Amino acid sequence: MQEKTKALKAAFPYTLPVMTGYLFLGMAFGILLNSKGYHFGWALLMSVFIYAGSMQYVAINLLTIAFNPLNAFIMTLMVNARHLFYGLSLLGKFGEGGSKKPYLMFGLTDETFSILCATNPPPGVDRGWFMFFITLLNQSYWVMACALGGILGSLVSFNTKGIDFVMTALFVVIFLEQWKSQKQHAPALIGLGASVFCLLVFGPVNFIIPSMILIILVFTLLRRPIENLTNLETIDKLEEVS
Amino acid sequence: MILSAQQSLIIIAIIALGTFLTRALPFLLFPSNRATPPFILYLGNVIPFAAIAMLIVYCLKNVSLLAAPYGLPEGIAIAFIVVIHLWKKNVLLSIGGGTVLYMALVQFVFA
Repeated sequence: MQEKTKALKAAFPYTLPVMTGYLFLGMAFGILLNSKGYHFGWALLMSVFIYAGSMQYVAINLLTIAFNPLNAFIMTLMVNARHLFYGLSLLGKFGEGGSKKPYLMFGLTDETFSILCATNPPPGVDRGWFMFFITLLNQSYWVMACALGGILGSLVSFNTKGIDFVMTALFVVIFLEQWKSQKQHAPALIGLGASVFCLLVFGPVNFIIPSMILIILVFTLLRRPIENLTNLETIDKLEEVS
Repeated sequence: MILSAQQSLIIIAIIALGTFLTRALPFLLFPSNRATPPFILYLGNVIPFAAIAMLIVYCLKNVSLLAAPYGLPEGIAIAFIVVIHLWKKNVLLSIGGGTVLYMALVQFVFA
C-alpha cells in the first residue's frame, strides 16, 4: 500500500500540464457531442472505453454520418497509427509494468506517451506503479472533463457553431510541435501532399483510405532517401528516449 | 442523433477496439526479447508526421475555396494559431484562442 501511495505522490506533479490541456479539450468534446444529441452519459462512456483525444473527435463525425462500421474501424486504425510508434518506443519500459501492463497499453495517449518516454520515477519509487498512476490520473482528468462538458452543454444553451474547429486547432498545434521537433519535413509534407491529392481526386467522402494507401506507398518507395535524411535524427531521438 | 442508440454503441465499441489494437499491437508483435524489423521501425518513425497532416486535411475536407466565404474563417484562424503558437508556445492558448476566434468569425463576421 505504501509503495502505491509513494508512486501516486511522485506521479501527480508530472500530470499537471496534461490536466489543463485535457480539461479544455475534454469539455469541448462533451459540449460538441451534446450538441449532436448525445447526452453526457455518452461522453462518459466514450472517455472511459475509447480514451483517445483526437479519435473521440473523429468519432463524433463517424456518429453523425450513415452507419458504417468498417469505415469506422479503418478510420480508427489510420487516426491511431501513430500509437504504433509510441508502443515501439516503450517496449522496454513497459516490460517493468507487470500486471499493470494491459492498462498502460490501453491508456497510451499522445500526452501520456510524452510524459512516460521523457521521465523516470524518482529513486525508490516502483516504475510500474509510477507509470500506472500517470496513466490513471491523466485518464481521470479526461473522463471528468468529457462528462462535465456534456452536462454543461445540456444546461447552458449557447451558440456552438464552429466549436468543432477545436479538433482542427488541436491537429494544427500537434503538426507545429512535430514540425519544430524535426529538421527534415519530408514525412509531414508527403502526408499533406498525398491527402490533398486524394481529396481532389476521390472527393471528401472517400479520400481517407486512398490517402493512407498512397502515404504508405510513397514511404515504401522513398524509404532509402528518407532514411538517409532522418537517420541522424532518429539516433538522437532514440538516445534521448532511452 | 442520426444513428440509433444501438448503432451508436456498435460504432463506439469498434472505435474502442481499434484504438486498443493500435496501442497494444507493438507489444504483442514484438516481445521485448526479440528485435523489431527495420521496415516497421521506419514506418513507425515516419507515419506519425504524415497522419497528423492527413488529419488536418480531413478536418478541412468540406471547406470550399470556390464559394463564399472562400475558406477565409479557417484560413484566418489557422494563421492565428500558427503565429500565436510559435510566439507564445502555449498549447492551451493556441487551441482555445484559435477555436474562440473561429467561432466568432463564423457566428458574427461571416454569418
